[in-house]
Amino acid sequence: METISIQGNSRNKSIIEKTAQVIFTVCAFITIVAVASITIYMFINGTPAFFEVGPSEILFGTVWKPTAAEPQYGILYVILTSVIGTSLAVLIGVPVGLLTAVFLAEVAPQRLVAVVKPAVELLAGIPSVIYGLLGIMILNPLMYKVELAIFKGSETHQFTGGANLLSAMLVLAVMILPTVINISESSLRAVPHHLKAASLSLGASHIQTIFKIIIPAARSGIITAIVLGVGRAIGEAMAITLVSGSSVNMPLPFHSVRFLTTAIVSEMGYASDLHRQVLFTIGLILFAFIMIINLSLTKILKKGGKEND
Amino acid sequence: MKKKKIVVLIITMMVILTGLAGCSQVAAEEELVAAEEPQEEATELTGSITMSGSTSMENMANAVAETFMAKYPGVTVNAEFTGSSAGIESVLAGSVDIGNSSRALTDEEKSAGAVENIVAIDGIAVAVDPANAVSDLTKDDLIGLFTGSISNWSELGGADAPVVVVGREAGSGTRGAFEELLEIEDACNYASELDSTGAVVARIASTPGAIGYVSLDAVDDTIKTMALEGVEATVDNIKAGTYFLSRPFVMATVGEVSEQSENVQALFAYLISEEGKEVIRTVGLITVD
Repeated sequence: METISIQGNSRNKSIIEKTAQVIFTVCAFITIVAVASITIYMFINGTPAFFEVGPSEILFGTVWKPTAAEPQYGILYVILTSVIGTSLAVLIGVPVGLLTAVFLAEVAPQRLVAVVKPAVELLAGIPSVIYGLLGIMILNPLMYKVELAIFKGSETHQFTGGANLLSAMLVLAVMILPTVINISESSLRAVPHHLKAASLSLGASHIQTIFKIIIPAARSGIITAIVLGVGRAIGEAMAITLVSGSSVNMPLPFHSVRFLTTAIVSEMGYASDLHRQVLFTIGLILFAFIMIINLSLTKILKKGGKEND
Repeated sequence: MKKKKIVVLIITMMVILTGLAGCSQVAAEEELVAAEEPQEEATELTGSITMSGSTSMENMANAVAETFMAKYPGVTVNAEFTGSSAGIESVLAGSVDIGNSSRALTDEEKSAGAVENIVAIDGIAVAVDPANAVSDLTKDDLIGLFTGSISNWSELGGADAPVVVVGREAGSGTRGAFEELLEIEDACNYASELDSTGAVVARIASTPGAIGYVSLDAVDDTIKTMALEGVEATVDNIKAGTYFLSRPFVMATVGEVSEQSENVQALFAYLISEEGKEVIRTVGLITVD
């Protein structure tokens, strides 16, 4: 059968090949230009204030008073809040997410999966501001009751109305769930069936097979899930700006706290001059943090995994 | 199979391209129509006015822009809400015609060429959650509550509940105005620093014992406003000058209004007309005479 096609002769074919290559290169170039320009922009805008205020004063100062007559720009508590808040959220979110993924991929009957899976996907699609609003309306009042019970009659404790590190951490933990669940589940499902069959045939129980065979085999996908989850948690701003209280304090569970992201978001609108530049510096620090965490997390987790092989 | 895919791809691209071309044609036609309309209506003003600045002025700026554009269909008013300082920065840089500011201009900004045109006055309401039994505060009470020296409502005759101080972020016009009027700049002991008026209202409404400040026009049924020194936070009281928490809404220009473009002059003329004042009143602000 004769077919008519634009690829009819070799000249046309090579033109198509070349055009396609150019298109791919241009697309790849767009991404690189974006990453490079963001990096350069962050450094250009972030470094002047960093040295004007002084690295040690910014990084190790504990007083944030950007609009005072003698402004102070210490963000140690803000950095610590981001580190501690994100770690706690990950400590809760990752195990729950991973076990949910195991449930979906291995344990749950098909009919249940058909209900749970769309629910998880819906969770991923909920805009973060909605998490924040629900946090203000439901989580914070509940947290305030706990706070009132714990600090009853305390003279020194500043009551936060439930807007504190614990609330922010819980919201973050829920927010990273869909990322962790979806990616872990796909990687668990991608484990070759013969591994599972071999394990079961050697007499291992289903649960033993899951923890000794399937999860280790799906390791690299699960690591990706954790890294993306951490990234989402540390980069989240909208939801926690509403539930964390946003005052700069030492990150203790019942303190009102401010994260690196919310420090930028909440004051950018009205900041001017050096204050504005310092916010860019915070952006630069956040940027550096995400880079360091992602790189080292990937390295540590991959290395730990290799020893298991 | 592969050939077929490429053919499909090319057809898809062609369809998309034709679609795009169609769109731009329609857009071009619309532009033509838009450009011709004002002449038919015999209104001589055409062009656009850009403004940016205070988020507190969003309600007012939008209402004014809408009614002004209805009156002068040839003029488009673009309003952005970036914050008072950012707005004045923009007007000084020449990127917008008007910089909105919900605080008086600083000497620095004035010496850079910005002119302070006060178009309205905003009252700041002190709000608590609806269940709070306290309903009147003195200036000293207010200072004590916000700086942390009064930490329980029972000290003011209310229920035995801790005070939860809610405020705006550093740099906010409302916070600046509030702290300045009470002379407690950077001395407030906030449990929550939120970055929008709506968030403050939501936080106060949902937290027993909370106290905070919001623009008078943002007050709704979910929160309870306090009388200060026995004076209720009402328009009449602010106009009469008996309620001490109020601030100006400024539309800053570079140079006097008379030096501005025809469009901008028309906008300021509209703001002081009866019609414009009515619009300002409908968004809960107080007009200046």
